[in-house]
Amino acid sequence: MIVLRLLFQTVVLALSQIWANKVRAVLTTLGVIIGVGAIIVVVSSVTGLEQFMLGQFEKIGTKRIFIDGTVPKSLRNKVSSRDVQLTVEEVNAIADRCPSIELVCPMWFGGYSVESASEKIDGVSVPGIWPTWHQIVQRSVVMGRPFNSIDEAERRPVCLINEEAIRELGLDIDPVEDYLLIGGRRFLIVGVVETIQISAMFGGGNNSTEVFIPFATASEIMNPDGWVNLCWGQLSSPDKAQDAEAEIRFVMRSMRQQPPDQEDTFMIRVFQQFIDQFKSVAAGFTFFMFGIVGISLLVGGIGIMNIMLVSVSERTREIGLRKAVGARPAVILVQFLVEAVVLCLLGASIGLAGGGLLVLLMRVIPGSPLSEATTPLWAIVLSAGFSVATGVVFGMFPAIKAARLDPIVALRHE
Amino acid sequence: MVDREEGRGGVGTDPRLGLHQLSALKRLSLYESRNTTLRHDPLDMTIQIRQLEKVYRVGVERIHALRGIDLDIDRNEFVAIMGASGSGKSTLMNILGCLDKPTRGSYVLNGRPAHRLNATQLATVRNQDIGFVFQSFELLPRLTALANVMLPLIYSAKHTFRAKRMAREALDMVGLKDRMTHRPSQLSGGQRQRVAIARALVNKPAILLADEPTGNLDTRTSGEIIGLFRNLHASGQTIVVVTHEEDVAGHAARIVRLRDGRTLSDLPTDRDPIHREYLANAAAQIRALSESQGLGNTAASRAGSGSGKGGAAA
Repeated sequence: MIVLRLLFQTVVLALSQIWANKVRAVLTTLGVIIGVGAIIVVVSSVTGLEQFMLGQFEKIGTKRIFIDGTVPKSLRNKVSSRDVQLTVEEVNAIADRCPSIELVCPMWFGGYSVESASEKIDGVSVPGIWPTWHQIVQRSVVMGRPFNSIDEAERRPVCLINEEAIRELGLDIDPVEDYLLIGGRRFLIVGVVETIQISAMFGGGNNSTEVFIPFATASEIMNPDGWVNLCWGQLSSPDKAQDAEAEIRFVMRSMRQQPPDQEDTFMIRVFQQFIDQFKSVAAGFTFFMFGIVGISLLVGGIGIMNIMLVSVSERTREIGLRKAVGARPAVILVQFLVEAVVLCLLGASIGLAGGGLLVLLMRVIPGSPLSEATTPLWAIVLSAGFSVATGVVFGMFPAIKAARLDPIVALRHE
Repeated sequence: MVDREEGRGGVGTDPRLGLHQLSALKRLSLYESRNTTLRHDPLDMTIQIRQLEKVYRVGVERIHALRGIDLDIDRNEFVAIMGASGSGKSTLMNILGCLDKPTRGSYVLNGRPAHRLNATQLATVRNQDIGFVFQSFELLPRLTALANVMLPLIYSAKHTFRAKRMAREALDMVGLKDRMTHRPSQLSGGQRQRVAIARALVNKPAILLADEPTGNLDTRTSGEIIGLFRNLHASGQTIVVVTHEEDVAGHAARIVRLRDGRTLSDLPTDRDPIHREYLANAAAQIRALSESQGLGNTAASRAGSGSGKGGAAA
């Protein structure tokens, strides 16, 4: 009871002490404010980014796998990136010989100018794709028809556009059966697919004009050797990723007749890998930020220690009097420790409020990937805990100094 | 100003005299039998000091502030400790107040061997048995008069729930019932010192230690404070005043004079030659003044009324 009462009185005293020196208190706790604010902002944005990424992954589907030709480190300067590009034969071989792969779609990205009757857009990336693309991406065809195998086999000059393209190119409300000039050639619009917001990181492009043409058609125009920039695959089930990888490696290495001591001249990326990669990057980032936060708390702590030392010497007479009327050394120690902790907690609450405000701001910025940024409870508890620890650690020395003051000397202090 | 009956009741039946104190008294009497003969009944003894020495080290130098003091103060005594600066009176005051520990010798306060206690135990003794009054009041500026008076009770486990009531009573006792919510800056010097006295009394201490209590006050206010001390003494409070003013010392029943760390004299006030000389001198001076200026002069009559106080005590 006495302890509680004393603690309560000490907290009240500390608050009134801080209130008496408001500006000084806030300046003192700047380090803690920044530290706690940084924890909140970083943790919230990483959480938000993770949410955003996972949302993207969900959209793309967890069965997606990516294969492309890559020059390994050991073969740099010996082999050009052109030499290791995938070919349609290889894509076909993967489709035929890998049981864990359900679907494949080779892609060739050509940059063309796209022209309608009224508008012209330069440098549009126009992927050449197989009809399997529709099954892999699951984007609905809102008008017209999807690509079919006849388009591919006949190398028809047909194209698919997205809804956004209708607007940007100033096309008719129903543009199916209209014509577009792609790289100066006439293409018939056969269908319109929905616009999906997928960040550029995953090949979704932004939500501007998208134009697709059959892979064979693209090859005929610009790609006579039948190179494949990227091959999409779809796993028969999400947990077949490792099997698929092994199968693809076997097929590819045998196709390319790679000797056993040579590194792969292609790269297989499974979706899970992206998630893991992202998570490790996020974790690394968080740890890095915690380092910075640690430094700012250290600096803040030294500020706290400094101001507490000032406070002890300013209030030497008060300490002397308190001791004279019977305050035990331990009580004085606790009084100053509590003051340091209260000071840190004050800084922490300002930091929390400031950080929270920043997070809110990040959420409302239009188009921000952090629209789902939220502050988890553990971050609040952790930062409050850190600041209490800072207060205790850095308040200890001044508090011990106060507790050890000789009351006679203290009362004589000017 | 002070309720006599209440004050007496508090002291007459000593609530502090528990079993452990009786055993301390037993030790005390053993100690007594080894040394000087008993002058007082130990049950009535509040302060008993034997061969008290205090040595300070300042660099390589050793300063003997006290060189063997013997002092007994009974319950309900009003003692003035006097001496020039450097006589050791401040050191004695600090040791009496348990703010400092003697180098050698013994100090038994209220049956407790204070010279053997550690810092924490001394803090408890200061809290429960000693009330301090300082020259410069030492009130905390941010606290109200009531909160200042409550300060000693915060550090005491005994009066958690009665603290506010006790503080109010103490303020009432010093006549500041209507100033409880004032801060020290809103009070006059005399009122501040009264708050300080209320703070000293709030724990009902065995002794009230006042260190130059009127040093920062004008003559009239000093008179009020001294009057308050006299009333407290009359109601049974043990008071020790350290002062260099003969005027103030004159109100005590007994004057202990120190010189160079030793007791110079320890006599009842009316038998103290220095004090008697001072009174005679003061009276002569006032006579001379009033003769030279003529009767009816306001300055002389004011001085005359000032001396009357000292004369009454003698």
